[in-house]
Amino acid sequence: MKIVIIKYNAGNIRSVDFALQRLGVTAIITDDHQEIRNADRVIFPGVGEASTTMGYLKDHKLDILIRDLKQPVLGVCLGLQLMCAHSEEGNTTCLGIFPEKVIKFVRPSEDSITYKIPHMGWNSVSGLKSALFDTVNEEDYFYFVHSFYAASGIDTAATCNYIVPFSAALHRDNFYATQFHPEKSGRTGSKILENFINLKY
Amino acid sequence: MLAKRIIPCLDIRDGQTVKGINFVNIINVGDPVELGKLYAEQGADELVFLDITATHEGRKTFVELVKKIAQNLDIPFTVGGGISEIKDAEALLAAGADKISINSSAVRNPKLIDDLARNFGSQFVVVAIDAREASNHWTVTVNGGRIPTEKELFSWAKETEDRGAGEILFTSMNHDGTKNGFANKELAKLSDNLSIPIIASGGAGSMEHFAEVFTEGKADAGLAASIFHYREIAIPDLKNYLRGRGISIR
Repeated sequence: MKIVIIKYNAGNIRSVDFALQRLGVTAIITDDHQEIRNADRVIFPGVGEASTTMGYLKDHKLDILIRDLKQPVLGVCLGLQLMCAHSEEGNTTCLGIFPEKVIKFVRPSEDSITYKIPHMGWNSVSGLKSALFDTVNEEDYFYFVHSFYAASGIDTAATCNYIVPFSAALHRDNFYATQFHPEKSGRTGSKILENFINLKY
Repeated sequence: MLAKRIIPCLDIRDGQTVKGINFVNIINVGDPVELGKLYAEQGADELVFLDITATHEGRKTFVELVKKIAQNLDIPFTVGGGISEIKDAEALLAAGADKISINSSAVRNPKLIDDLARNFGSQFVVVAIDAREASNHWTVTVNGGRIPTEKELFSWAKETEDRGAGEILFTSMNHDGTKNGFANKELAKLSDNLSIPIIASGGAGSMEHFAEVFTEGKADAGLAASIFHYREIAIPDLKNYLRGRGISIR
């Protein structure tokens, strides 16, 4: 099986590669269109700023390429946000694979709990709906680091609660995405990557 | 619920784990990769690796070590020590570090925080602050607490946030190594003043101290070294205890 990690101007690519290696899987990190199109699985990771990254994808015509992929695609963190319709970060029009909108966390003015931004650390997720979560339990914990979130919508495949309920994962057709970092979420995280690789396709 | 984080800290010299008691009397406690994996399996939420090597050779060893850690560890980790310019951070990011921690170099050159945040994002930048209290004034110190600076804890913490720090790791030099508990009053004040997460460090001696730092101290994470290294507290026991106290724990 050929697994490709899309190479672009974002951090965190190395960590995803290492996580796959721990599962005994070798991935190719590339921005070559042919390689990406021919892959059995495509992973679209990322840590960074939405408008800059979206600009880079467009310059390299990766935006059209990603949107047209037919094999299972997994977006992670910024990858998830860029697969949505629009992000408040830099008022960016994104790929539009998911109709959900990406919004900035705002600290509630009055609350007994002090919410910090970024949302950083391990949080539990629930309402697990896709094959990505096979053998994962409701309320299992995953590692999150983000200041923007995808609102809940029709594609929400898992929900996390932080200030508001938001999409911890999204799923539509062959497109999957997680706001959390499966590559940094211990054994439960590895399970997500394993499930993605083993998706029936 | 977002869980409170338990973070073991490993001091590294020449690729080996060490722990300073009050930053003096260093004793070797093992291989960082193996110890890191053990902590991750036991339920540590994150790890911090601080390079206390001063030499150029040791520095290269550390970057190599960071790569090995990244390959073997499936939880997030922060690396610190000796980061004074963008290219130091770049090498550590390329090796697979999730976050870097800067301390003295940020005090000497605060603009470094802005530059790091702009280049790599705030989530990558932890600012560590060591401070010592005397007559109700908290002075920021550098070089492992040896040198006092002009800066005051609370105003400096706010400045680092404004410059783009993603997290603050606060060590009270008055509490560090004492095992009498964390500086909860100051930690709570930091948490109230700032909107970024606060990692508490210095003073952990019992499981109760962690419960206190998460309630009274309002900390987002509790960091400790020797009590974990010397097996005085086992992480699974600590987590069970905190859960029993009604604290949100993974």
